[in-house]
Amino acid sequence: MLTVTNLTVGYGAITAVDGVSLAVPAGAIVTLIGGNGAGKTTTLRALSGLLRARGGSATFDGAELTGLAPHEIVARGLGHVPEGRMIFANLTVDENLRMGAYLVRDAAQVAATRERVFGLFPRLRERLRQSAGTLSGGEQQMLAIGRALMGGPKFLMLDEPSLGLAPQLVGAIFEQIVAINRSQGLTILLVEQNARLALEVSSYAYVLESGRIVMAGPSTELRNDPRLKSAYLGG
Amino acid sequence: MQEFLQQLVNGLSLGAIYALIALGYTMVYGVLRFINFAHSEVFMVGAMTGWAVGRQLPQGTWWGGLVVLGAAMLVCALLGMTIERLVYRPLRGTATLNVLITAIGVSLLLQSVFQHPRVFGATPQLFPPVFPERNFALGGVALSSNQLVVIVVAALLMVGLELVVHRTRLGMAMRAVALNPQAAQLVGVNINAVIALTFALGSALAGAGGVLYALNYPTVEPLMGVMPGLKAFVAAVLGGIGSIPGAALGGLILGTVETFVGGSAWLSTYKDAIAFAVLILILLCRPTGLLGRVAPEKV
Repeated sequence: MLTVTNLTVGYGAITAVDGVSLAVPAGAIVTLIGGNGAGKTTTLRALSGLLRARGGSATFDGAELTGLAPHEIVARGLGHVPEGRMIFANLTVDENLRMGAYLVRDAAQVAATRERVFGLFPRLRERLRQSAGTLSGGEQQMLAIGRALMGGPKFLMLDEPSLGLAPQLVGAIFEQIVAINRSQGLTILLVEQNARLALEVSSYAYVLESGRIVMAGPSTELRNDPRLKSAYLGG
Repeated sequence: MQEFLQQLVNGLSLGAIYALIALGYTMVYGVLRFINFAHSEVFMVGAMTGWAVGRQLPQGTWWGGLVVLGAAMLVCALLGMTIERLVYRPLRGTATLNVLITAIGVSLLLQSVFQHPRVFGATPQLFPPVFPERNFALGGVALSSNQLVVIVVAALLMVGLELVVHRTRLGMAMRAVALNPQAAQLVGVNINAVIALTFALGSALAGAGGVLYALNYPTVEPLMGVMPGLKAFVAAVLGGIGSIPGAALGGLILGTVETFVGGSAWLSTYKDAIAFAVLILILLCRPTGLLGRVAPEKV
């Protein structure tokens, strides 16, 4: 569904992503793991058009993505839940969700998607009239995912959904991520620092280090890889 | 009391013009976080357009006045979009200071172009009386039809803007860009189109402001935008830069205060100084302005 070939992205003199190639087949959860500053977020930001790639290509359903503006990429069905969630803090939960459906003109579809989002995250329904900035970190993450789902994407990129959340909340969020993939057939590219968790929910994984892919394979195999164990899984 | 009401009416009609100009400052600040100092020249171009079009039309008619108003708004909307496209967009992403200095450059450029004798020249010209003129006396308060036009047109435009911002997809997109440009793009907002339309709307309001101003202070010249532009900027800061109701409120307050000061026997020479004293006071005591607020950020 998504094929990235030799993607290169940089800021000024720094090359943050250096010739990354990866593939995400339709219906799968694929994860991109790596430490701080490995280039994970940069990769996602280039794929959603927030950053311009210096080289390489990314095709989605056969069409080239590099060079498109972010709103054109969203319109093709690529959702992006960004690092730090980036919810609209001054707007209510309800307004945030409506903003997520900005490109969806069909009111019936918006209403149906809303119900599905509430099915995944009942907390959002309870907090509908509350200003999004007053939500807890976990609720903000739910809202960020819900907002991306409101656009009706075919493919969802999640950037560190576990960041800064209490362990039991992380579990709950990941359960819903798996549910979104299973029940709605949504393809997911998951970026995570929490490698253990990412390898549990994904079918295939790429390991990024200093802007390059250093390891790739089925998640079940990587879980037992001794190199990965010492570097990312705490022995 | 009569004197007070008279000054209040005068002040509100001046304030309504400041409010219209201030809206443009605040809207552009909202989406781009910089002060478009060329905005006062957009106001001037609005008055100039009104002057040029108004001279060709029969005077003292409602339709003629409305055509003049519409033409000025249209020309200014196009001018604002052109400035954004040619000057500010290539600079987007660079330091705010660069954009600010460039805005001052655009402002001086427009002043100089209009001072050229082939374009307009430096001599002030009389603005034609495009609207029908009548004077009313309401309980001893003198009210000109032009003052009424100012108040009514300004009120309609502000209500219209409020509807656009809160009831339309464009308004929704504008608010999203103002709150978080990246998140707005990720929900599918075309940020370039929204910024261009924000400039168009803000500039059209300044264009209307230019015509309304020229109706009541009936001369036009290339430097006429400087003072009203600066005062509208003060009004926008007073109301809380970035806040649309704030800009409207700030304009009305500033216009009223200025008129009262100008009407008092021993302070009248300081009426311009008052506006800037207000600016200094707000920046010292309440930098976010009356209705502005600091966005809560949670990481």
